[in-house]
Amino acid sequence: MNNQPVLRVITKLLVPCMLVMGGYVITHGEIGPGGGFQGGVILAAGFILYGIVFGKEELHRVVPRRVTDGLATAGVLLYAGTGVWCMLRGGRFLDYGVLPGVDTGAAEALGMTLVEYGVGLTVCTVMITIYDMISEGVEA
Amino acid sequence: MFDTLLVDISLLTLAVIIAVAIVQVRSLLCAIMLSGIYSLLMAMIWQNMNAVDVAFTEASVGAGISTVLLLGTLLHTKRQTKQLPTVNWGALTVVTVTGAFLIYGTLDMPDMGDPNAPIHTGRVVQQLGQRVGKVDREGIHHPWKYSSMAEQSVFHEDDEHPWAELYAEEYGTAEPEHGGEEHGGAHAHPTDDFMGHSPNTVTSLLAAYRGYDTMYETAVIFTAGMSLILLLRRRREEGTA
Repeated sequence: MNNQPVLRVITKLLVPCMLVMGGYVITHGEIGPGGGFQGGVILAAGFILYGIVFGKEELHRVVPRRVTDGLATAGVLLYAGTGVWCMLRGGRFLDYGVLPGVDTGAAEALGMTLVEYGVGLTVCTVMITIYDMISEGVEA
Repeated sequence: MFDTLLVDISLLTLAVIIAVAIVQVRSLLCAIMLSGIYSLLMAMIWQNMNAVDVAFTEASVGAGISTVLLLGTLLHTKRQTKQLPTVNWGALTVVTVTGAFLIYGTLDMPDMGDPNAPIHTGRVVQQLGQRVGKVDREGIHHPWKYSSMAEQSVFHEDDEHPWAELYAEEYGTAEPEHGGEEHGGAHAHPTDDFMGHSPNTVTSLLAAYRGYDTMYETAVIFTAGMSLILLLRRRREEGTA
């Protein structure tokens, strides 16, 4: 699909919007609908569209496999690490109330935000990896 | 009420037609496309039921990513299904019995929008009345971020809730505690502060109330990615080397 000008132009227009939308959904999950999972999927959809139209090499140039593997791990670690941070501050695992904040509610909001970022990172990078693996060996 | 019902009925009819079509069609490409359409229809149905988060997930995962991944899988297989016998009576029986049980299970659920449903006598009142997490930088009570939402809500903080008695019976009178300094761990949460830390109830539920659950879900997704890498990528690299 590399040589179709309409697809290339439309993709270049669409991908930034998808990435912004995905980031917005992750960061505003606590206020509006959505959250880490949905936002991560939208982010991944942006990268996958890019990979479909411009080819796998181009996708690997933008997000190398080392980066997706690392970020997938980092997401899970961020989630679990938030829990451990709560324990270090004297609470229970994932008991966000003890995190720094003006009061319990603000601390809870901080904990939930961090956790959502972790989910978003993992979901996004794993979806890219699944696409990467499934479409391997097939050249459109 | 009637227009919602009308939209629901037409959407559900379309969904049933498409579900039958998915089973009937022999071209796998058509089946994948139809399942994408099915997901979008379901997203609209969820939206019609005001379940925005579910609709969002259905649209992005069901109609978006799943379709792409299934299409990727299609490239590795044949384009047509095998010719199967038209009616498999054993399978039909199992599906019918399971469906009947599921429908039987829904009979105990309260009607949609029933004001006496447990969610409306407990959680919603509790959440609309809660004030923790709605403070400004100085720690003064003020629904700063969410003031427009608070104004829109049916119950005002100071109003007597219609189910106040029921609610007090169940949960005790909810006076939020304040001061981040004194609290010391798991028991620091005021009675009304169970899941109301963000205006989006679903996020509070998933990230705080069911935090372990969501963490393991993330771990499952991570494991799926790692398994793919270990199984497919390594073998291919060995194959080319």
